[in-house]
Amino acid sequence: MARINMVQAINLAMDEMMAEDQSVVVLGEDVGVDGGVFRATEGLFAKYGEQRVIDTPLAESAIIGTAIGMAMGGLKPVGEMQFSGFSYLMIPQLEGHGSRMRARTMGQFSVPMVMRLPYGGGVRALEHHSESREVFYAHMPGVKVVIPSGPRNARALLRAAILDPDPVVFMEPKRSYRAFKEDVPDAPETMEIGKCQVVQEGTDITVVAWGAMMHTARKAVAEIEKARGTSIELIDLLTVAPMDSDTIAASVRKTGRLAVIQEAPRSFGAASEIIASINDKALMFLEAPAKRVTGYDVVTPYFGRELNYIPTVGRARRGIEEALDF
Amino acid sequence: MPLMELEIGRVVSLKILDEDGIVDQELDPKLKKTDLLEMYRAMVWGRITDERMLKLQRQGRIGTFGPSTGQEASQVGTMHWAGDNDWFVGAFREHATRLMRGESLERQLLYYNGFEEGNLNEEGSHPRNLPISVIVGAQPLHAVGLAYASRLKGEKDVCALTYMGDGSTSEGDVHEAMNYASTWKLPVIFIVQNNQWAISVPRSKQMNSRSIAQRAVAYDMPGIQVDGNDVLAVSVATREALERARRGEGPTLIECVTYRLMMHTTADDQYKYRTKEEEDIWWKRDPLVRYRKYLTDRKYWNDKKEEELHEEFKAEMDRQIASFEARTEFKMDAAFDNVFGTSHAVIEQQRAEFLSESTKEDAHG
Repeated sequence: MARINMVQAINLAMDEMMAEDQSVVVLGEDVGVDGGVFRATEGLFAKYGEQRVIDTPLAESAIIGTAIGMAMGGLKPVGEMQFSGFSYLMIPQLEGHGSRMRARTMGQFSVPMVMRLPYGGGVRALEHHSESREVFYAHMPGVKVVIPSGPRNARALLRAAILDPDPVVFMEPKRSYRAFKEDVPDAPETMEIGKCQVVQEGTDITVVAWGAMMHTARKAVAEIEKARGTSIELIDLLTVAPMDSDTIAASVRKTGRLAVIQEAPRSFGAASEIIASINDKALMFLEAPAKRVTGYDVVTPYFGRELNYIPTVGRARRGIEEALDF
Repeated sequence: MPLMELEIGRVVSLKILDEDGIVDQELDPKLKKTDLLEMYRAMVWGRITDERMLKLQRQGRIGTFGPSTGQEASQVGTMHWAGDNDWFVGAFREHATRLMRGESLERQLLYYNGFEEGNLNEEGSHPRNLPISVIVGAQPLHAVGLAYASRLKGEKDVCALTYMGDGSTSEGDVHEAMNYASTWKLPVIFIVQNNQWAISVPRSKQMNSRSIAQRAVAYDMPGIQVDGNDVLAVSVATREALERARRGEGPTLIECVTYRLMMHTTADDQYKYRTKEEEDIWWKRDPLVRYRKYLTDRKYWNDKKEEELHEEFKAEMDRQIASFEARTEFKMDAAFDNVFGTSHAVIEQQRAEFLSESTKEDAHG
C-alpha cells in the first residue's frame, strides 16, 4: 500500500504496464528526458530507454497518426498530448481513422491505443490550458473517453485503457494531479471501462460528476448532508463514452431526483446526455426537473477571470438544493 | 532518358558581426546611425523588461510566461525595416518585437496576469499586430491569409511577417503555410527563431535536416540562415526579403540561429535536460554585448549613454508596472461580451445567471 497523488498513480500504471508488456510504448512531446511537463512519465525513459519512451518532434497529428500505425502493427502505444488544448490536431486522425478502423475493416484491424490528455481549468495557466472538451471525443463512435477523479481510479483505469482493444482518450483533470493523495494497493488493479461508480449510496437525490468536479461535488454533498441531513447518492461517471446510463437510471429510479455537475460549457455536454438518458430510462420516476450545474457557453476566459466560470462548491450546492426543493 | 541532376536552390548562412564584435568589412551594411541606435534601444528595452518580468513572475505578481532573453537580435532585426502596413503575426516568444511594434510593457503584464485586455491594440501600438498565438505553428497560415487578402484588396507594399520556433517547423501547418505562400507567390516572411530547444527536445532530435533554412528549397522559395545573435545579419536578410516581397516575388524563409538563454517558460526547469555549461557558451554569444561593442567602436555609443539609457528605461518600467498594478477593476462578465458579434438569448440568459452567482462568496472544490 502506497500513498500517492494522481500524477504518481498515472506514472505507476504506465510503469507497471511497460514492465509487464514489451509492446507498450510511450510517445509524446517532452515525455522522455524531461519526464513530461507534468512529470507523468518521470523515470520511464531511464528505465525503458529511448526506443520505448519516445520524445517525438513537435507535431500532435503525427503523434496520434503514428500511434494508430503502431497499434495496428502490434504495439500498444500510450501517447501524451501535452495539454488537451493542443489535442485538436488529433481530430482528423482520430475521426478519420483511429475511431473507425475496426468498423471499416469489419474487425480485421483494431487500434488498441491510449491518448492521454491533461485537461481542465483552475491552474492559472496560459490560453488553451483550461478547457474541458471531453465531448469532442465522446461524439466519435468507436472512441472511449475515460476521466479519472483520483489517484486510485486513475491508476486502475489507465491500466484498463492500455489493456483495452480500442482507442481510449484518457483525460486527466490536471487540477487534481497533485491536489490530494490516496492509498493504492501494491498489486496492479483495473476498473471496468464503460462503468460509472456509485461512490456513496443515498436515497434523496442522485448527484453525478466526473474529473475535478468530483471533488467539488463531494464538498457540496457533504455541506448539504451536514446542514439538512439529506441522503445523497453520489456517482463518479469515470467513463464519459460509452456512458453507463443504466447505473445512473437505476439510481434515479431510487432517488427520484438528479443533479449533474459539469466543468465543460453547458450546451451539448455530457450532462445533457445524462439527462437525455434519464428521459429515456427513468423519466416517470423524476420528482423534479433534472438540474445541470455547468460552465458557461463562452470562450474560456484567461486565468484572471477563469475561476468564476468553473462551478464552485456553492454553485453545486445551490443546484443540488434546487432539485431537492422543487 | 539520362540521369539528370535537378537544379534546385542553394542555402547560404550569413554572419556579419561575430561574437567578439568584429565586423566583416565587406559585408557590413553600413546602416545609418539612427537605424543602428533604434535597433539597439529596442534590444535593450526587450532585454531589461524580460528580466524584470522574470522577477515579477517569481514574486507572484504575474503568471507563467516564456522569457525571450538572448533572442533580441532575431526579434528586433527582423522587424526593423517593416512598415506601418505590414502584419506582425507572432507566436509567444517575440517579446522584443511586440514592444517595438508599439505594445506597452503594461499590456504584456496584463496578458501574463490572465487578462484579455493584454491583447488589445492600445493607442500608439500597431493595428496590424495579431495577438500572441500559444498553439505552436498555427499562425503562419494566418499570415498567408493576411497576405492574400492584402493583395486581393490591391494594397501595395504589404508583407506579413510571421514568427515561429524550431520546434514548430515539425508541425504540418507550417509546411502547408510555406507551400501555399510559395505557390501563390505571396508577400510573407517566415521567420524561424531557431533557439535550439523546443522545451526539452534539442534541434537534433527535432529533425534530421542540417538547417531549417533548407526547407525553403522544397518549396522553391529563397531560404537563408543567419546568425540570429547578429542583428546586422538578421536585419540585412529581412530587408532583402521585404524588398522581394514588395516586388511581388513571393515569400522568404529566414532561419535565425539563436539560443533560448532561459527556461522554456517559468514553469520549466531547463536543467532537467541541458547543462549550465551549454548555456555559458551561448552567453558568450550574447547579441547585446557584441552589438554594443560594434556601436562603441563606431563612437555611436559609450558607457555614459548606456547608463543614461538604463536609467530612462528603469523609470519607464517602474511607471508601467505601477500603472499595471493599479488596475484592479476588471469587468468580470467580459467573456459574455464577445462570444458572437451579436449576442444570443442563450448567452444573455447565462450572463444573468453568472452575474447573480458571482455575487456569492464561493469556495472551489
